[in-house]
Amino acid sequence: MSTDAPEKEDVSIGDYQFGFHDSTDNYEFKSRKGLDREMVAQISEMKKEPEWMLNFRLKSLEIFESRPMPNWGGDMSDLDFNEIFYYMKASKGQERSWDDVPEDIRKTYDRLGIPEAEKKYLSGVKAQYESEVVYGSLQEDLAKQGVLFTDTDSALRDHPEIFREYFSKIIPPEDNKFAALNSAVWSGGSFIYVPPGVHIEFPLQAYFRINSENMGQFERTLIIVDEGASAHYVEGCTAPTYSSDSLHSAVVEIIVKRRGRFRYTTIQNWSSNVYNLVTKRAMAYGDSLMEWVDGNLGSKLTMKYPAIYLMEPGARGETLSIAFAGKGQHQDAGAKMVHCAPHTSSRIISKSITKDGGRGSYRGLVKIEKGAHHCKSNVVCDALILDPESKSDTYPYIEVEEQDVAIEHEASVSKIAEEQLFYLMSRGLTEAEASAMIVTGFIEPLVKELPMEYAVEMNRLIELQMEGSVG
Amino acid sequence: MSSLLKITDLHVSVADTPILKGVNMEIRQGEVHALMGPNGSGKSTLAYALAGHPNYSITAGSIEIDGVNITELAADERARLGMFLAFQYPVVIPGVKVADFIRHAVSNIRNPDRKEGEGLVGMREFRTEIKAKMEELGMDVEFARRYLNDGFSGGEKKRMEILQMAMLQPKFAILDETDSGLDSDAVRVVSEGLAKLAGPEMGVLIITHHERLLEYNPPKFTHVMLGGRIVETGDAALAHDLHANGYADIRERHPDAAADNAKAEEAAAV
Repeated sequence: MSTDAPEKEDVSIGDYQFGFHDSTDNYEFKSRKGLDREMVAQISEMKKEPEWMLNFRLKSLEIFESRPMPNWGGDMSDLDFNEIFYYMKASKGQERSWDDVPEDIRKTYDRLGIPEAEKKYLSGVKAQYESEVVYGSLQEDLAKQGVLFTDTDSALRDHPEIFREYFSKIIPPEDNKFAALNSAVWSGGSFIYVPPGVHIEFPLQAYFRINSENMGQFERTLIIVDEGASAHYVEGCTAPTYSSDSLHSAVVEIIVKRRGRFRYTTIQNWSSNVYNLVTKRAMAYGDSLMEWVDGNLGSKLTMKYPAIYLMEPGARGETLSIAFAGKGQHQDAGAKMVHCAPHTSSRIISKSITKDGGRGSYRGLVKIEKGAHHCKSNVVCDALILDPESKSDTYPYIEVEEQDVAIEHEASVSKIAEEQLFYLMSRGLTEAEASAMIVTGFIEPLVKELPMEYAVEMNRLIELQMEGSVG
Repeated sequence: MSSLLKITDLHVSVADTPILKGVNMEIRQGEVHALMGPNGSGKSTLAYALAGHPNYSITAGSIEIDGVNITELAADERARLGMFLAFQYPVVIPGVKVADFIRHAVSNIRNPDRKEGEGLVGMREFRTEIKAKMEELGMDVEFARRYLNDGFSGGEKKRMEILQMAMLQPKFAILDETDSGLDSDAVRVVSEGLAKLAGPEMGVLIITHHERLLEYNPPKFTHVMLGGRIVETGDAALAHDLHANGYADIRERHPDAAADNAKAEEAAAV
C-alpha cells in the first residue's frame, strides 16, 4: 500500500463505505443536463461513430420518449430525466497502465481495491469512471488466444463486423423504456469475445464508478462465448452519496454458443441515491450453461430481472439472486427463464433480506414456449425479514404452453428472525452479532458458489450493511 | 460464596395479556428445583421471562442475580451473567454451523467484556473441548459441522441444548421440558448428561411433566405453578405425588388460581 492511502474514517460516509467523491474540475467533457436529439448527436459525434450508430441512437431516443414510465415495480416518481447529466468524460482515454490514469481517479480505484485484486486473481480488468472506460487490461496469453476484452466503444471501432452482428440483437431498443434510453445514450461497458474452446480460468472484472452528482451512467455490455468456451465475468459498482439522485441504466447482452459455459456475477453496491434500472439478457444454445449470480446490496431502487433464453436442447440456465434492502431501499429483483426448446432446464434461487424499513420484491418469470416439452424448472425464493418495519413480497409468473414439463416453485418467508435472534442472544451473542450470523447463514448457500475472494467481499459488504442497522 | 437467583413478585404479560401474577422463587448455585404445573399455568412464560425474551414484558417485580437487578437487561447480557435456557423448541438456523456458533457463544460468555469483532477462543483448544463434550453426550462429532438444528431429530435438538449448556457452564440453567417428545433412550442420555453437569456450580430449574429427568436429578425443591402463581412448594416427594395423582388436589386447594388457569387454557385453545 502506498503511504497516501486514505484513512478509514475518510472513506466511510455514514454506513456506506464508498460514498466519497473526486473533484470534477479537470474533466475532459461535461454534458449539460437533460436529453434531446442534439445531446444524443453530440455524444455520437464525440465518439466519432459511424452513421448507422447515430441513426440507431436517434431512433432509440424516439422510442424512449414515446414509452410511458412503467406503472409496476418501484416508485420512480422522483426520477427527473431533465436533471440528469447524460455524458461525462473524466480523462483523455483508456490507459493500459494505472500510472497513466489521472491521479484522482487512480486513487479512487486504489481505495476500491481494484489494482490489488487485479494482481492477485484476475485475468483482465475494465474500469469505467462516469461514461468512459479509463483503464483496461487483459492477460497477454489470453489476447494471444484471440480473446477480446475491450470497452464497447472500442469494439464498435475495432471489430465492426462481429459487433454489428450481435449488438442490440438480444435486447432491441423496443424491449422497454430503459433499454431504449440506454440505446440512445450508451457509453462504455464491456465487450468480450471468447473464441471456440478457450477457457478463461480467472475472472474478467469490470468496475463501474459514478463520481458526479446527478450522473447518468449507461454502459452497454456485449459478451459472446463461442462454442465450447468458458469464462467468468464479474462486475462491481459504487457511487458517492449525494442528496439528489443519480441514474444507472445498463443493457447487457450475452450469447453462449453450443457447449459454452458462462457465469456473470454482479456485486451491486450503489449508494442509496442511485436508481438502478438495468436490462440483462442471455441466449443459451445447445448443451451450454449460463449463470447469473446477482447480488444487489445498494441503490435507492433496483429493478433488474436477468433473463436467460434457452434456445436449443440441453441448454441450462441458473440464476442466484441475493438482495439486501435497508433503510430507504427497494430491491425489485428476480429472474426470467424462457424455455424456447425441448429438454432445457432452469433454476432460480432468490434470497432477500430486508431491515430498517427496506423493501424486497422477488419478481420472476418462468415461461415454457409451445414445443418446449420435457423442460424442467425449479424456483426457490426465501425472504428474511429482520424487523416489523421491513417488507417482502413475491411476484412469481409462470406461463406454460406445453404439457410434458416439470415446474417447481417454493417460496418461504422467514419472519422468525425474531425467534432466531433471541435464541442466539440467549447464548451471549449481542444483537449485532446474532443478526450478522443469521444473515450470513441465510445467504451461505449462495455465497459458497462465489469464488473465495468474492465470497469474502460479499460477506464483508453484508456485515457493513448490518452494522448500520443496530442501535 | 454461592450465587443466588432471586425472583420477586414477578408479573409478566405477553401481548398485553397478564400471564404471571406474582412469582417468587430463590435458586442457589448447586440446587436443583423442579417446576411443575398443568398446561397454561405459565411455566414456559417464566422460563422465557428469565432468559429475557423481548415479547415477555415484565410489568412488575424483579429478577436479581447476586443482588444485581437484571430485569431490564437484554438476553445476551443475562447470558453473560450466567443465565441459560435449554429451549423446549430450539429454532433452526440455516447456514450457521454448530461449531462456529458455539465458539462465538463461548467466547462471549467466558470473556464477558469481549467487544464485537475481538478474537474468539483459540480454535485448537475449542475443538478439543467440544469434541470431548460431544463424546460424553454420545453425539457424533460430525454434528459440529452441521447447520444449527437443521434437519435434527427431536432428540438431537435436545442433546444440542445440553451440549451448549456443557460448553457455556452457566450459573443458572432452566430446562424447559427438555425431556418432552423423546424416546426413553434419549431421555436417559439427556438425564445423565444433566446429572454430570449439574454440580455445586450450577443452579438448575427443571420444568417437566415427567419423572425420569427428576429421578436422575432429584430436586431439593418442587414448585407447583397454577394460574400464573407458585401455589405450593415442597420437596422431591411432592413431584412424585403430582406424577402419581395429578393436579386435582392442587386445584381444589387453590380454587382462584385454578379458575385463572382454566381461563388461560381456554384462551390458548382458541
